[in-house]
Amino acid sequence: MSLRFRNSTALLALAAALWGCNREERQTRGKPLGETATAAMPDTVYPGTGNAPAPDPRAAQYEGNASAIAQGQMLYNQMNCVGCHFHGGGGMGVALMDGKWRYGGRIDQIVASIDQGRPNGMPAWRHRLTEQQMWQLAAYVRTLSGQERKDAVSARADEVSNTPPQTQTKREPLMPADSDEQ
Amino acid sequence: MRREGLLALLCLSGCSGAQTAFGGQGAEDANFIQLFTVFMIVCTVMYLLVSAALIVAVWRRRRTAMVVEDCNHQATSGVVRPALIGWTALIAIGLTALTLVGFFTDRSNARNGSHPQLKLTVTANQWWWDVEYDWADVSKSVRTANEIHLPVGIPVEVTLKSNDVIHSFWIPNLAGKQDLIPGRRTDAQLLPRKTGLYRGQCAEFCGTQHAQMALDVTVESKADFEKWYGAQLQTAPVPKTPLQLAGYRYITTRECASCHNISGTSAGGQVAPDLTHFASRRSIAAGTLPMNTGNIYGWVADPQSQKPGNHMPTIGLKADDLHGIVAYLETLK
Repeated sequence: MSLRFRNSTALLALAAALWGCNREERQTRGKPLGETATAAMPDTVYPGTGNAPAPDPRAAQYEGNASAIAQGQMLYNQMNCVGCHFHGGGGMGVALMDGKWRYGGRIDQIVASIDQGRPNGMPAWRHRLTEQQMWQLAAYVRTLSGQERKDAVSARADEVSNTPPQTQTKREPLMPADSDEQ
Repeated sequence: MRREGLLALLCLSGCSGAQTAFGGQGAEDANFIQLFTVFMIVCTVMYLLVSAALIVAVWRRRRTAMVVEDCNHQATSGVVRPALIGWTALIAIGLTALTLVGFFTDRSNARNGSHPQLKLTVTANQWWWDVEYDWADVSKSVRTANEIHLPVGIPVEVTLKSNDVIHSFWIPNLAGKQDLIPGRRTDAQLLPRKTGLYRGQCAEFCGTQHAQMALDVTVESKADFEKWYGAQLQTAPVPKTPLQLAGYRYITTRECASCHNISGTSAGGQVAPDLTHFASRRSIAAGTLPMNTGNIYGWVADPQSQKPGNHMPTIGLKADDLHGIVAYLETLK
């Protein structure tokens, strides 16, 4: 009896372990296809004390998705985000590794910033990147301030870096950029 | 009998054609075949002899006269001593032959690559090959993708790099494998001896589309090579029809230009295959599809269904844009 019990427990544990391996689904195409997607991107810029718009439902597909974050990491270098933002530390562009977000730090708000561009130098990437690519980029950008799950981010940086790996990045609380300037 | 012959032919057909290490069209590959043959002969002879000795030993009845306790083996058999001497000599000769042939093969391979007359850099990416012909004079340099042309009989030095993970450069008809390692430079030497169309292939698992990472290799006469090279030096032709113009406008102003380069236009992306002479190549997407109008349509419309996981996104083009893009791409000879 006890042996049988032990066996079935072991089997259950094995099944649970295997279940845990099923991490996520890789969406290579993006959904929906661009042709059928609504071209309009919600305007997520809102004045001072206004309430943030409702989150975009597409966020769930990209947030904490290892494959999307890895694609975003590749694009971050290829599209030369590094040129202004460096690897999160900022330079000509704003820093991305702190919690301050002038235009909102939610993934859909970051997508809107990439898509529409922002004053003082951030170019608009609409029609330069597909929506899927912008979501992937935003998913990666959020990892720079430690917003994403640690098991989804890459433990290895492609570039020479003196910061701790992303799996050890401290999570910065999100806040509007001007909060401490007042 | 006929059936066996057919079977043998079938087996051999796996070892022929555009992608085989038994083609011998390159100097290193010819050396390899020689080395392989000598090893095969020596090892087969030794294997047969050992097997025969084993079979004889099993077959033969144990001789009762041979008493082990006496420690007097020689008295029972006068054959053992010369047999042992012969056996040792055979092993020594065999090993010497293998060592010598190995040494001369290595030396010959090293000599082939010592005075390269053509240099190119091949950079591996997931899952395509970036090819650059290097000259001291930059205006003579050519960048292409997924295809190399080589003049016959000219030693070539290939510098190998990788942008992401470890890949392996392998054109079996010409030479052995060489790894491409991110952050490092490795090299390979090629000396093609026969003209023809060959196929290279990534030989180190590098991700989901590893199998679809091929390299079209054309070995041609020096005159043909120079003609091809001259054509590659040209910038892209100006679009002529309204449809081509529409495609040209889309490509140079929209998503395509973020990654792809077309010399002579404002499309200057450096992270995807160079498209300046796209339509002159034999295949699309690193050997995934043969080059023809239908496949260009299929690839541009939805690359993710043709080669899932590759880094070219499905844009979801409108039909008009797609027609224009394909019309323009086809002019890029």
